[in-house]
Amino acid sequence: MPSRYQPSALHRFRRIAANQLASALAIASTVIVVAPLVAIFAYLLFKGASSLNLAFFTQTPKPVGEPGGGMANAIVGSGILLALASAIGVPIGIGGGIYLAEFGRGTRLANFIRFTADVLNGVPSIVMGIAIYALVVLPQKHFSAFAGGVALGIMMVPTITRTTEEMLLMVPHSVREAALGLGVPNWRSVLSITLKTASPGVITGCMLAFARVAGETAPLLFTALGNEFWSTSLGEPIAALPLQIYVYAISPYNEWHRLAWAGALVLILLIVLSVALVRYVTTRGVLKGTA
Amino acid sequence: MGVGIQVEHLNAWYGANHTLMDITLHIPANEATALIGPSGCGKSTFVRCINRMHETNPIARVTGTVRIGELDIYADVSPVEVRRRIGMVFQRPNPFPTMSIYDNVASGLRLNGFRNRRVLDEVVERSLIQAALWDEVKDDLKKKSGASLSGGQQQRLCIARALAVDPEVLLMDEPASALDPIATGAIEDLIHSLKGRFTIVIVTHNMQQAARVADMTAFFSISKGGEGERWGELVEYTTTETIFTNPADKRTEDYVTGRFG
Ligand SMILES: Nc1ncnc2c1ncn2[C@@H]1O[C@H](COP(=O)(O)OP(=O)(O)O)[C@@H](O)[C@H]1O
Ligand SMILES: [Mg+2]
Repeated sequence: MPSRYQPSALHRFRRIAANQLASALAIASTVIVVAPLVAIFAYLLFKGASSLNLAFFTQTPKPVGEPGGGMANAIVGSGILLALASAIGVPIGIGGGIYLAEFGRGTRLANFIRFTADVLNGVPSIVMGIAIYALVVLPQKHFSAFAGGVALGIMMVPTITRTTEEMLLMVPHSVREAALGLGVPNWRSVLSITLKTASPGVITGCMLAFARVAGETAPLLFTALGNEFWSTSLGEPIAALPLQIYVYAISPYNEWHRLAWAGALVLILLIVLSVALVRYVTTRGVLKGTA
Repeated sequence: MGVGIQVEHLNAWYGANHTLMDITLHIPANEATALIGPSGCGKSTFVRCINRMHETNPIARVTGTVRIGELDIYADVSPVEVRRRIGMVFQRPNPFPTMSIYDNVASGLRLNGFRNRRVLDEVVERSLIQAALWDEVKDDLKKKSGASLSGGQQQRLCIARALAVDPEVLLMDEPASALDPIATGAIEDLIHSLKGRFTIVIVTHNMQQAARVADMTAFFSISKGGEGERWGELVEYTTTETIFTNPADKRTEDYVTGRFG
């Protein structure tokens, strides 16, 4: 039956106006969200790109007064620290999330772990640095890459645990029943079906945690300490991009300021690159057209 | 080949609610048996007791014995083993959303550690043929996800997935209730072609469907006790023809003639 409703001209005008206003607001909010990001990136490019050259990626810092030098040791150091942090944070974080969502649901231990994770998430990173200083550095009597990696790794855990839990809980009950109904043991169903179904969200959680600790300075101050020289040993103090940026940025030398900008630019580019790489690798072979 | 199912004095609970009261029922091998009855009378609970899915619910409890062939499934084997022998198809199609059609069908074998590619290929093809889905999907087995199929195709995919682990019994809980009439017809044809090789138990709220596919039919009903208790019980179990033409119990007659609310 065709509708007999004919809106008046005024009504039509109001509807169109409201529609356009809503669109304009949506576009404006998008711009407001994206603008600072673009601005920061543009400013970094402006300040840092001019100091980027091959030496920046191949040389260690030069002593004060000597021009040139680079952050090769800090780039590698950050890579080592983050690899160690991920090796600690990702398995513990995902394991914790699996426990909360699949095995410990409703138990007192699960509630305790969830509460701890939320508190840990709110602990200032400098406090994490001091804690690891007391627990790892003091007993070993020296600063080390190991201590830095542990500090960053522990900081990754709560984010990963809570996103993993939430993503697992979003997997429909019917999917779990399908697996159990096939005669698949529960642990197998959790790992191969539920976790796999939730994996895009779990990976996003890991990348968020990774990107967050990649830029952390405070937890490294009393743990990894920083290093002017080459070191790839877990037992020695190690350089890291955020530490190096910090040292250069608060120095009184113009040359070092420029290097700090370049370091910040490289840090952001490396984070973006590693997130993109993980996304690419983990979504390869995933079927399109999933409802 | 299928096996018969002997259910003796089965009782099931959800928490304090006594859901199924003392069900004794012998389901013949390699035939299709329909379970009918009003909503809430415990048909789903009953089939879930047969493959021990009932106990995956933490508040659920069950007593009594269920035997498939000579095997007492609550005493002689693990629940995982039981579910491997007794396949289940659910009311809503539930393919694994991140898996291709091929991986869905192969999942039961793979998740139990089976890896031989050639055998897997054969099993996938055979199961999809048995589920009358092969011709529709054979060209994009590994390209399309199970979730991209239509509802009726998804349900036949779930049937193929259940058949791939070579069960002796296939439980189907209202397998066509979410499907349109054409897809429903396809599922019913499929049940006809599968019985003889498998023991099939199908829950349905559609009496024509029971009449079309089942050799035997069990009618369940809800009984009410003094203090507001309600439980499901088996009222009548006989050949499908008798249930619909000459039921012994007044409640069955009321239900099949539509006099029941
Ligand atoms: N997961 C559950 N938790 C608690 N009660 C349930 C659950 N599933 C079913 N029940 C109850 O058990 C009774 C039988 O349900 P069900 O077996 O689904 O009946 P049917 O399949 O015949 O409609 C109903 O009263 C229902 O409310
Ligand atoms: Mg039901």
